[in-house]
Amino acid sequence: MSHDQDHDHAHVHRFPPRPDQDDTLTYYRAMETAVRELLIDKGVITADDVRRQVEDMDGRNAGRGAKMVARAWLDLAYKQRMLANGSKAAEEIGLDVGPLKLVVVENTSSVHNVIVCTLCSCYPRMLLGLPPDWYKSRNYRSRMVREPRAVLAEFGTVIPPDVAIRVHDSTADMRYLVVPKRPTGTENWSEAELARLVTRDSMIGVALANEV
Amino acid sequence: MGGLPAGAVEPSEHDYALWEKRVDALMMLLSRKDRRLLTVDELRRNIESLGPEAYDEMTYYERWIYAITQTLIQRGVITVDELGRKIEAVKTREAQRA
Amino acid sequence: MPDAVAHRFQIGDRVKVREAYPIGHVRTPYYVRGKCGVIERVCGAFPNPEELAYAREGRPAQPLYRVRFLQRELWTDYAGQPVDVVEVEIYQHWLEAEGPQP
Repeated sequence: MSHDQDHDHAHVHRFPPRPDQDDTLTYYRAMETAVRELLIDKGVITADDVRRQVEDMDGRNAGRGAKMVARAWLDLAYKQRMLANGSKAAEEIGLDVGPLKLVVVENTSSVHNVIVCTLCSCYPRMLLGLPPDWYKSRNYRSRMVREPRAVLAEFGTVIPPDVAIRVHDSTADMRYLVVPKRPTGTENWSEAELARLVTRDSMIGVALANEV
Repeated sequence: MGGLPAGAVEPSEHDYALWEKRVDALMMLLSRKDRRLLTVDELRRNIESLGPEAYDEMTYYERWIYAITQTLIQRGVITVDELGRKIEAVKTREAQRA
Repeated sequence: MPDAVAHRFQIGDRVKVREAYPIGHVRTPYYVRGKCGVIERVCGAFPNPEELAYAREGRPAQPLYRVRFLQRELWTDYAGQPVDVVEVEIYQHWLEAEGPQP
């Protein structure tokens, strides 16, 4: 069911589902089934709509964002278009980001960017897939705007004091993607090779791109 | 909750269960431009109305399905009576299957 | 978007977030209310989420800005570096013009 549209499985992490989910009929799981069936009975949606939507989401993973980042590392003009208008730059390479506006921010030797949504869990899901649990957690959302350097250190990412931290609180209609710094020693690499260094976490800003 | 005291960030992840993905799919399908049966802002208002205790006890997609259902009732897309009867029918069906 | 409120602020303008606490669904985080920042970007105009949350149209659309706050202005005991910032999207009706930094 999970067709990876980007033909790049390097970024797909697989974790076990929560043990109590699909095999136990909890109150809210019963509610999901009931609401879905009521909407199908009423002709609001079809079972096929739901199936296709789930498949579409399964097909989205951080490989999409990684492709954009690798392109930006290779093509300065593309990077500039991407920083000016992220949504258009995504469309340009065939990535649909939906109606929300994509803002791309770039890490440099003087600025490190990181993304959070303190109000809910806004996330560039069209480019990274569904967010990890920690991104939606109270601890991450509370602390990232207050003590970003400490939270980043918990992820193993220590940012030097002369590099400014720029936290982006995704509070309204924009979605954010971080372009991590290109690792050294990758001078003659192809786009596909570079994309393999671009992890999901590096595009949220809690990590750097993988070193060579 | 931005800025409130909180503990260390657990680097936890799980692959979403099918029912969770379906909740996500319902939200996307219902909020799409051609239907507009709910907005993400209504969903968030209904989640916020849960209060801090329920918020912490429920999982992420439990809060979502709760809020989607609330919104559909508020909009008159489904009724409380229909919902109650359908949940009972689902439970009976699953019990017979087991 | 024709039915949008006119923009009042430009990039570089210093603004203050209103210190208001209504009930309802508000997308202005508590931690920036009453704080001063600088307009980093004009994002366009969007239906007001405070109205959308009650199934209304949210028109006229409200201009949305990204406002940059110095961490030290948000938290008096901020433990990081003086150059650290937070950027938050804020709708125009939550912003007031603020004079230059003293």
